[in-house]
Amino acid sequence: MSGLHAKHAIQVTVNGKARELSVEPGETLLSLLREQLDLTGAKRGCNQGLCGACTVLLDGKPVRSCLTIAANCGGAEVETAEGLLEGNRLSALQQALVARGAVQCGYCTPGMAVALTALLRANPIPSRKEVREAISGHLCRCSGYTKIVDAAVSVAETEQA
Amino acid sequence: MRFVEPESLEEAAAILAADPEARCLAGGATLVAMMNAELVEPSQLVSLRRVNGLSGIRRLDDGGAEIGAMTRHAEVAAFDGFLGQQKIVSAAAQRIGHPAIRNMGTIGGSICHADPSADYPTAILAADATVIAASAEGRREIPAGAFFLDWFETALQPGELVAAVRLPPSEARMAVHYEKFTRADGDFATVSVAATLRLKGGVIERLTLAVGGAGETPLRAPEAEAAAQGRPLDTTLIGELGEALSALCNPIDDLRGSAEYRLKLVPRLIARALHAAESNIESGADAA
Repeated sequence: MSGLHAKHAIQVTVNGKARELSVEPGETLLSLLREQLDLTGAKRGCNQGLCGACTVLLDGKPVRSCLTIAANCGGAEVETAEGLLEGNRLSALQQALVARGAVQCGYCTPGMAVALTALLRANPIPSRKEVREAISGHLCRCSGYTKIVDAAVSVAETEQA
Repeated sequence: MRFVEPESLEEAAAILAADPEARCLAGGATLVAMMNAELVEPSQLVSLRRVNGLSGIRRLDDGGAEIGAMTRHAEVAAFDGFLGQQKIVSAAAQRIGHPAIRNMGTIGGSICHADPSADYPTAILAADATVIAASAEGRREIPAGAFFLDWFETALQPGELVAAVRLPPSEARMAVHYEKFTRADGDFATVSVAATLRLKGGVIERLTLAVGGAGETPLRAPEAEAAAQGRPLDTTLIGELGEALSALCNPIDDLRGSAEYRLKLVPRLIARALHAAESNIESGADAA
């Protein structure tokens, strides 16, 4: 019976590009990004919304793509870590993450970068506390949090200079 | 599995009534996590995002407030239009999970899941809230105390869904505090306490106190609350309230703490919550 697993047609904008996609009814946004669009920045860590590695921006706000049903995203705008590039250049935040050595194994980095991008857009000069709140719910098992916070705070310092 | 997007509550209710294995998709924060863990496999996902009128917070003419079922935790957490006792709900919303979860999760989804360790059930009980349920037959109002029946079980009938949570009017002078004990920031509570309090002339004029995470449902002790009226908020009274609520608890052992540990937490968190609510009473509020 065709109705049982009928694919669902959606239109979404991914990293600025409008897409017409066909998705399974229960497929997550994370699967869509990784398997259909080959955008592997968002990682499947816990698949329970607890680790933060799959975080993307949905209409500008950080969400867990592993808990987001793709069929429910019709008309939405999605930004992933790949979309943070400004042309061919790393964004100021990405450059700061590199400069401060805030990347160890790198697994948590795309989710952290996406969450911090949303923070910096809303609040260009965040305090350390605000940075820590923005990445609460993002686990770095290399425990490199200090350098990640340093990097986020340094973006504001660089831009002020 | 099918994915459907009804545009009215009636349409959504009809789909749910016809198919007991269909599940509402609100924010996805709980349902999709359970699907990923293979704990549920709905026959249909009934997306509520296109249903009119389910999202947002409305102030009511009588001073009450109505929170649409699809309102995200982040919106409730940031809403500054609540008065007095109603603020216990935004205080709890601020403590749910982490930013991305608060951008996704909804009040309807949270209370329908009915996890007694979640923040909203305890808060809406202390707020004297009413749950507005909708079905093909129309709407009915269920007091929060009658909505939560057991672990993960609510008073909703097949074919019914939550449309809104209504908070009664409150005097602005009512102070609140939500006290949450967790092993890790952003986790579900080991035990939580929601307190709302009004003092006049140094004695309690009105008090509500709800405990979460220590039994099948969030708990209140109405007789002990009534007995507190007219008395000062002192160690003796706080001890009595702690005993009255502890007597209702039926905690379990789990990853977040043993039953014995939870029973030790209950009176201590009650004391903390009441002292914090007292200190939240704005200066001058206790005049007269």
